[in-house]
Amino acid sequence: MRDVAVVAFSQSPSVRRETDCNEVEILIPVIHELRTNAGITNEDVDFVCSGSSDYLAGQSFAFVSGLDAVGAWPPVCESHVEMDGAWALYEAWVKIQMGYAELALVYGFGKPSMGDLPLTMALQLDPYSVMPLWPDAVSIAALQARLLLDDGVVSERDMAEVAVRDRANAKQNPYAQVKGDFSVDQILADPYLVSPLRKHDCSPISDGASAILLAAGDRAKDLCKRPAWIRGIEHICEPQDLGVRDLKRSRSTEIAAEKAGVRAGKIDVAELSAPFTHQEILVERALGLGSETSINPSGGALAGNPIMAVSADRAVAHATSGPCLQQNLICVLEG
Amino acid sequence: MSEEVSEPIEVLRLPVELEYQYTAGKSASRFLRGLQQGKLLGQRCPVDGRVYFPTRGCCPQHGVPMAEEGSIELPDVGTLVTYSIVRVPSANIPLELPYVTIQVLLDGADTVMMHVLGECELEDVHMGMRLEAKWKPEEEWETSVGNILYFVPLDEPDAPYESYKEHI
Amino acid sequence: MSSTDESSLTASHKLEYSYKRSLGPVLSRFFTGIRDRQLLGAKRADGTVMVPPKEYDPDTAAALDELVPVGPGGIVKSWAWVSEPRRQQPKDHPFAYALIQLDGADTPFLHVVDTNDEAAMKTGMRVTATWADEATGAITDITFVPEDAR
Repeated sequence: MRDVAVVAFSQSPSVRRETDCNEVEILIPVIHELRTNAGITNEDVDFVCSGSSDYLAGQSFAFVSGLDAVGAWPPVCESHVEMDGAWALYEAWVKIQMGYAELALVYGFGKPSMGDLPLTMALQLDPYSVMPLWPDAVSIAALQARLLLDDGVVSERDMAEVAVRDRANAKQNPYAQVKGDFSVDQILADPYLVSPLRKHDCSPISDGASAILLAAGDRAKDLCKRPAWIRGIEHICEPQDLGVRDLKRSRSTEIAAEKAGVRAGKIDVAELSAPFTHQEILVERALGLGSETSINPSGGALAGNPIMAVSADRAVAHATSGPCLQQNLICVLEG
Repeated sequence: MSEEVSEPIEVLRLPVELEYQYTAGKSASRFLRGLQQGKLLGQRCPVDGRVYFPTRGCCPQHGVPMAEEGSIELPDVGTLVTYSIVRVPSANIPLELPYVTIQVLLDGADTVMMHVLGECELEDVHMGMRLEAKWKPEEEWETSVGNILYFVPLDEPDAPYESYKEHI
Repeated sequence: MSSTDESSLTASHKLEYSYKRSLGPVLSRFFTGIRDRQLLGAKRADGTVMVPPKEYDPDTAAALDELVPVGPGGIVKSWAWVSEPRRQQPKDHPFAYALIQLDGADTPFLHVVDTNDEAAMKTGMRVTATWADEATGAITDITFVPEDAR
């Protein structure tokens, strides 16, 4: 295995509705800042990989215009995943492991405010027997939450506590969208959005972009004083059919964590990108995190969820895709 | 139950319809507002000075942001770079068949625009011919490229091949 | 296009995909069954039955082709109350999405329960499928209602 590290990162603020810029214009300053901070030019980059969704943009092949922000002439070695940017990072990591690249630019971007995000997410369900019923993402998550509540696996109070923690942590994050001090009792008094979920149980809808620079071995040391070395990375997927899955735990997170070596040492920081409070609890439990770990110091997805653009000494990063934590990616980083 | 009713279902019609409120963005909005005033706005790359038409937020070659200051107004005359004669109907295109789709290199631009040719016999269409935009009446101008009805031939000698060969 | 001063222009835009999907042998029988008012599940090697049927066992990838009748009654395993339905959703009044385990099935499947109000919904309640007057062979041909309300 080659040593591969994150050597630079940049992001746009997460905002509910970006009114001035289109999708690509959100991305342009992010890529520009990344290259400027890392002190590299386009010619230094061997591989470009992005994550985004054309359904969010409402345009076929919308991701191709994202390349405007990179600059693609003379032609560049490029790939795209119709997923969160975390999976683009995985592809770039593989490319570097294979020896095909030394320096890779990875970005994720999305502007879900243009459409009806929870409804658009219905398109990831079985197109024959489920999607025609148009179950929106909040309703699907609510089905999972009630299973957990009925079985006593979590309580509504546990869920509210997650929201309060993440929003409080997000006060330190200038890019976060939902932040501040809330009381558990106060938010539990709010009405249900889709019962049994309240607004605070759901991540906000966020427009935004982020970018990462990945480098191999000595190249990483040249570019950055303290590279964040990727010590393990894995993603695992569960079946599409909700009925055959165990929705009361996140098996795919457990397996990915095992393979990525999460438990091989103490975890100082964990950034979990779960879009609903009960799902954050499931991921936290699947990772076996304890009190020595600071969870979501950024506020996580519940404080700002620029879908497709999510990204201490020893940290674990999590990303998810699909309904009810169907697919999970775990990345262990060491400084 | 009749014989017909018990036929197995092999194909399901499952249409998907999604609604969006599309935002054009800063640079495209500037371009479209220019059109409303009868202006054709391009943008100059700060690295090599190439002029992109229409305006866009970023130079797609160098990946550098192109600021509003780089905007330049282009004339509505240019050179026909290449063309195609269309003889099959297509949804959403109300033109009478056959019609000619063209790529025009506006004078001063480094990228071509797509449009249609009018007021020209099919046998006279050729690469290098000089063209001018035929606009709708001013009171009908919108934030749309549809403000230009089509391009028409100019009574000028052809542009030399060297001047547009890079854009074919 | 609408605009105010110098902000970005916006326009509403509708994207339509007119998909026609081939069903294949297993789903063809499932949807033909729905049209003929019979719900079907797929029997797996371990004897359990999954609804909707799939061509392959999600655990073992073994081909599945034995379909058995299930329902029309079943038990609500979980539910979500949609108080403000969207235009595309199956009801124009508040309703529940639910995970329903049909009689004879071992896995729940997602469908709709139509009740007057949220108070009528309960995990573990029995529901039964009702068919639209003109069944066409689509998942939207059926709706579930509380069994005691029939």
